[in-house]
Amino acid sequence: MNSLTAIDANAGSALTAPPPAVTARPETPRRAIPSSAGSGRRLGLEKASRFGWALGPFLLVLYWSVLSYTGFLDPRTLPAPWVAVDTAVDLVRTGRLQDNLAISAWRAFQGLLLGSGVGLVLALLSGLSLLGGYVIDGVVQLKRGVPVLALIPFMILWFGIGEVMKVSVIAVTVFVPIYVHTHNALRAIDIKQVELAETLGLTHLEFIRHVVLPGALPGLLLGLRFGVTASWLALVVVEQLNASSGIGYMVTLARNYAQTDVMLVGLIVYALLGLGSDALVRLVQGRALRWRRTLAA
Amino acid sequence: MSAVVSIRGLTRRFTLKGILNGIDLDIQEGEFVALLGRSGSGKSTLLRALADLDHEAEGEGEYSVPDRISVVFQDARLLPWKPVLDNVVLGLRGPDARERGRRALAEVELAGREEAWPHELSGGEQQRVALARSLVREPQLLLADEPFGALDALTRIRMHALLRRLRVSHDPAVLLVTHDVAEAIELADRIVILEDGRIHRDITVNLPAEGEARRERFAELEEELLALFGVRSDTGVGHGERERAQG
Repeated sequence: MNSLTAIDANAGSALTAPPPAVTARPETPRRAIPSSAGSGRRLGLEKASRFGWALGPFLLVLYWSVLSYTGFLDPRTLPAPWVAVDTAVDLVRTGRLQDNLAISAWRAFQGLLLGSGVGLVLALLSGLSLLGGYVIDGVVQLKRGVPVLALIPFMILWFGIGEVMKVSVIAVTVFVPIYVHTHNALRAIDIKQVELAETLGLTHLEFIRHVVLPGALPGLLLGLRFGVTASWLALVVVEQLNASSGIGYMVTLARNYAQTDVMLVGLIVYALLGLGSDALVRLVQGRALRWRRTLAA
Repeated sequence: MSAVVSIRGLTRRFTLKGILNGIDLDIQEGEFVALLGRSGSGKSTLLRALADLDHEAEGEGEYSVPDRISVVFQDARLLPWKPVLDNVVLGLRGPDARERGRRALAEVELAGREEAWPHELSGGEQQRVALARSLVREPQLLLADEPFGALDALTRIRMHALLRRLRVSHDPAVLLVTHDVAEAIELADRIVILEDGRIHRDITVNLPAEGEARRERFAELEEELLALFGVRSDTGVGHGERERAQG
């Protein structure tokens, strides 16, 4: 029927028969094959350097330094990098920076935890049952269209102006990306794996534990990366609107006194926090998704 | 001997992979039946019905199958996020599950690869893991849907030998879906040919154990089967391809 049939039909003899003699063909011109690597076309990425990601930020700081040093950049517009460093050192010495940072980080962490939990549970409910999907998905899509800023007055009305409100605003922002990406990954689970689970006689719980959750983990972690960034963004909004502590408050206060250097330090702290927490999630991602073989791995 | 599978008047309509049009079939304990047919003849549909995977399909008829059924698919269907041994023992109950899994892996000659990720294995090795996963459950019926269809010719030959050995030690009834005539003759006790959702022919293989007699019977059966599919084995398409495959 096909070429394989023929080989199989003669399986026994093909294996026991001596291999056909290899006859030398001296006339055949031999093509030299370059021994050095790299002559072939490679479409995948090469092995990543460990600190490669730092190149872009480094160039940015370099550019900024040159502009400040040569005087192209007015210090009233944007202070020089070394001024920012000086100010940061001062702020640390007086304890202002780390105190506010600790408060901010704690808020963001609580919001992230709450938001991730809610996002994950909602995604599971909506991804694994039709009814759940009908009830939950539309509401989440509606929420996606509402900006945090517009929500805050209501949050204040419902939760007051204390910590509960701040953490809630962060959680409400965080849960959306977690939900969207997890839900997406859940719905994309291969029907073949579902069939396999059926033929192996897995219970519903075993199916969720061994097939669904690991299958959706890449989505969840991607959502978490967006969620972490979202948590810092939400933090800025709540702290600058209504707070008496935290990095956002520090920045707002500095703005009132026109302390551009303090504002700048606040900005850099936000950026570093975002970068750091994203790196943390990527680390988790690398550990948890060891089984994948991808372009970047 | 008693029938472990008994199918009466089984009909399936409008399924993705073909239709069934009143199938009657018995499979005895330990019997190896190959289901041969063109694509769309309904062979996968029948297998999926027996595996209880055709939830959406409409149809009548009845069938009885044993409790312990294992399925081997054309792709190995290993969960990529589980190491090999965890794939084998997935859903397996009992305190000695992992030990049994280890033994099953040793049986398919994969001892030592327990902790490998599926993507680190070759296609043939992955399919062997799938075999181990099926057999560790000691099935009374093994359903195999073109399990070697995606493997290269040499790997296939090794897999045939392996499957023959495993069959002796585990003794399940086997229903093998294939479109490979030689594979069917090589492995099966009985070959059932499906066409348009009906059983077209039911042929007992009766292959002598070895020697010239075996080769003769093999050739005779192959010619008969290929003729049924409108291919003559001595001339034409089949022959040309044979030469190419060997050359």
